Amino acid sequence: MTRFLKAAGYAVGLPAILLTAWWFGSASSTDPFWPPLSTIIETFPTTWTWDRIVADVFPSLARLGIGFGIAVVLGIVLGTAIGLSPTLRALSEPVLEFFRAVPPPVLVPIIALFAGYTGWLGKIITIALGCLWPILLNTVEGVRGLEPVLGDTARSYHLSRWRRLVFVVLPGASPRIFTGARQALSIGVILMVISELFGANRGLGAAIVQFQRSFAIPQMWTGVILLGLIGVLLAAVFKVVENRMLAWYLGQRQIERGE
Amino acid sequence: MSITTHLTSRLKSDAPAAAPQDQAVALDLRAVQKTYDTPGRPQVEAIRHLDFSVRKGELVCVVGPSGAGKTTLLRSIAGLLDLTAGEVVLDGNVVTGPPQGMAVVFQEYGRSLFPWMTVRQNVELPLKEKGLDRAARRDKVNRALEEVGLTEAADQHPWQLSGGMQQRVAIARAIAFEPTVLLMDEPFAAVDAQTRAELEDLVRSLWKHLGVTVLFVTHDIDEAVYLGERVIVLSNRPTVLMEDVNVDLPVERDQLTTRSHPRFGELRGHVYSLIQRAKRGDRPDAPMPDARGAAGA
Ligand SMILES: Nc1ncnc2c1ncn2[C@@H]1O[C@H](COP(=O)(O)OP(=O)(O)OP(=O)(O)O)[C@@H](O)[C@H]1O
Ligand SMILES: [Mg+2]
Repeated sequence: MTRFLKAAGYAVGLPAILLTAWWFGSASSTDPFWPPLSTIIETFPTTWTWDRIVADVFPSLARLGIGFGIAVVLGIVLGTAIGLSPTLRALSEPVLEFFRAVPPPVLVPIIALFAGYTGWLGKIITIALGCLWPILLNTVEGVRGLEPVLGDTARSYHLSRWRRLVFVVLPGASPRIFTGARQALSIGVILMVISELFGANRGLGAAIVQFQRSFAIPQMWTGVILLGLIGVLLAAVFKVVENRMLAWYLGQRQIERGE
Repeated sequence: MSITTHLTSRLKSDAPAAAPQDQAVALDLRAVQKTYDTPGRPQVEAIRHLDFSVRKGELVCVVGPSGAGKTTLLRSIAGLLDLTAGEVVLDGNVVTGPPQGMAVVFQEYGRSLFPWMTVRQNVELPLKEKGLDRAARRDKVNRALEEVGLTEAADQHPWQLSGGMQQRVAIARAIAFEPTVLLMDEPFAAVDAQTRAELEDLVRSLWKHLGVTVLFVTHDIDEAVYLGERVIVLSNRPTVLMEDVNVDLPVERDQLTTRSHPRFGELRGHVYSLIQRAKRGDRPDAPMPDARGAAGA
């Protein structure tokens, strides 16, 4: 219990210090672009009403969820296929290297040409494409890095293709898949915002831009804070899922390091 | 029928060099050669020439100096390695991939267990492939775990266990599979002396009850003589057959009486001196046309 309190204390400590510094540092600010934190917090409940959350936050999160989900499925499927097949790997390696080198936001104007940017489609494609590469590349590495003795064991016991995939290859690659998914999630949040900066009318990113254009500066700040909170929340949810699915891996690592 | 068996047995005792041709041969190694040729690394000639066979239901031990190519030999038989020359024939079929009904206990026992599964799931997985229903699987898993003394650890993960326990999980998985051929690569290296004696007797009793053909690699000379009906002694690398020693001890073996049997001492001394010679690099020239002849004597 005390250990838990200690850990919680460390986790909350630095943010508390920063907030306090912000609070007092901005308290007497008259600069319209740097309103006092107290003003921003006062503005928060009136800005982010339930209606606004439903109209702006939920669609953004839904697009993020769909895009990220597509990337996870596609990344694992393609990554496993490429990881298992030397031929596919030789074929796809240069292409993968190229796409990995392209910063995802660059895709936004191109996708806008094909899919338009007022609707959901273009935004979801942007998020999915940006999230795809880290998951795909990490899955390939995870599948290739499978302990060879485990592969031999699976072969000598004649495990079927399907069982080998489900019970051997995917669990073996799962630590790397999670690494990729974690990177993908932060890229996804960035793309969720960026994809709304170009001609979207609704969404969290779009709202922030509109506040900025209409000089509703405290409101703009509330949007930034909300975005940060969402990021923290998503990371926490991700951690819970990871702890659950990679319990064996985390436990094993802990023992290897000597607790 | 009895005349023919009589004839063949006489033929064999008169001319032991003749290749055994009856269907009782389970495993036949024909001029096996393996040179590792990894690009960018120097070639390693692991096995130069091996030519021996194992009868169905026989328990054969393989000993040899470290690095002699024992693991290489086992992996070749398991169909996990491509030979440079020669062939491995199992039940009349040339081995080109992992054969059906064979279980292998790898030397790297720890790394052969799936860390994301519990002990029970590790033992159960190969049984699923056999199409056994849940109850039958559970039954076999429980029995195998009981035999290696791991009932309590069934729901733990392999990485929570000691090296010796991990090794026993790998053994349990192999015996639960009920193979017709069992290959074991130094399976008792990490277990304590007491457990080791129990597991040796377990292998003997399984072998007797299931009629399984066993090829057992070990570096322990006593163990080889105690367990085997034959002990195959390998030379140093590049490996050829040093000698095929017939263990003419009673089939009923017992840790106390067998090990104090005068013949046990003789055989042990003989294998020991062979290994010493092999380590010194004293080796018959390969390929030896009368390698088998010497073995039968
Ligand atoms: N994949 C490989 N590539 C290259 N050389 C190898 C490879 N595997 C084994 N060797 C070499 O082949 C030789 C025989 O190795 P092997 O593992 O079969 O010996 P071993 O008799 O099982 O040894 P030990 O008693 O230590 O287990 C060694 O010199 C080893 O370095
Ligand atoms: Mg070895």
